[in-house]
Amino acid sequence: MTVLGVAGVVSLAIIGVGAVLTLVRLVRGPGSPDRAVASDVLVSLLMAGLLVHMTVNGSDTFVPVLLVLALLGFVSSSTIARFLSPSDREGE
Amino acid sequence: MSTLETVLDVVSALCLVLGAVLSLSAGVGLVRFPDLISRMHAGAKPQVLGLLLMLLGALLQVGWSAVPEMLLVAAFQVVTVPVATHLLARASFRSGAADRSRLEVDDLSSQLRPLARPSGTAGPQGSPVEGSAPDRAGDDGSGPVDRGP
Repeated sequence: MTVLGVAGVVSLAIIGVGAVLTLVRLVRGPGSPDRAVASDVLVSLLMAGLLVHMTVNGSDTFVPVLLVLALLGFVSSSTIARFLSPSDREGE
Repeated sequence: MSTLETVLDVVSALCLVLGAVLSLSAGVGLVRFPDLISRMHAGAKPQVLGLLLMLLGALLQVGWSAVPEMLLVAAFQVVTVPVATHLLARASFRSGAADRSRLEVDDLSSQLRPLARPSGTAGPQGSPVEGSAPDRAGDDGSGPVDRGP
């Protein structure tokens, strides 16, 4: 049990709890903007999980994946913002 | 293992755990905050800082070969997340999805034309479609919108 191994498992567990909470907001969120923010956070959590894997194994295989996720992870919420209409408010 | 490797391992482990705790705080803030605008704060700021910390931890382990790409990832993350949050906040503010009554300082409402429908009424079920579909974010299709200076 190395320090990095233990830290990797603990970090993944904490990120998992954060992801479950974000899923709660994704399901509950009244209206589209809440769900857009939640999906943005989910993409960032995905990047965080990949970073944990890279740190524990010391491999740089997933760095291009990180780059693509960072570049394109915000496109979904920007697209939702572009097409928001007054019918997307709470209580829809 | 040499001392330097042990120190690097411990620092990387600390960065990982701290970044994970910050991501958890982003998730907790998303669930616990009462309002859409507050949730946008929670979803943008601690998440980006957590990612930067974890990038530092990964950089210490992977070595010099990944430094340029990781720096690019950090730069893109810092640039794109606030932009996306700002776009979403402005669009939801103008479309009425954000609750304006909770704001203490509201500089934007004086610049906009007031909404045709107040944000407290019931949803659009059964309301008739007003002419053609709106082709701009926040435009309820009933006339020109004052976009301010």
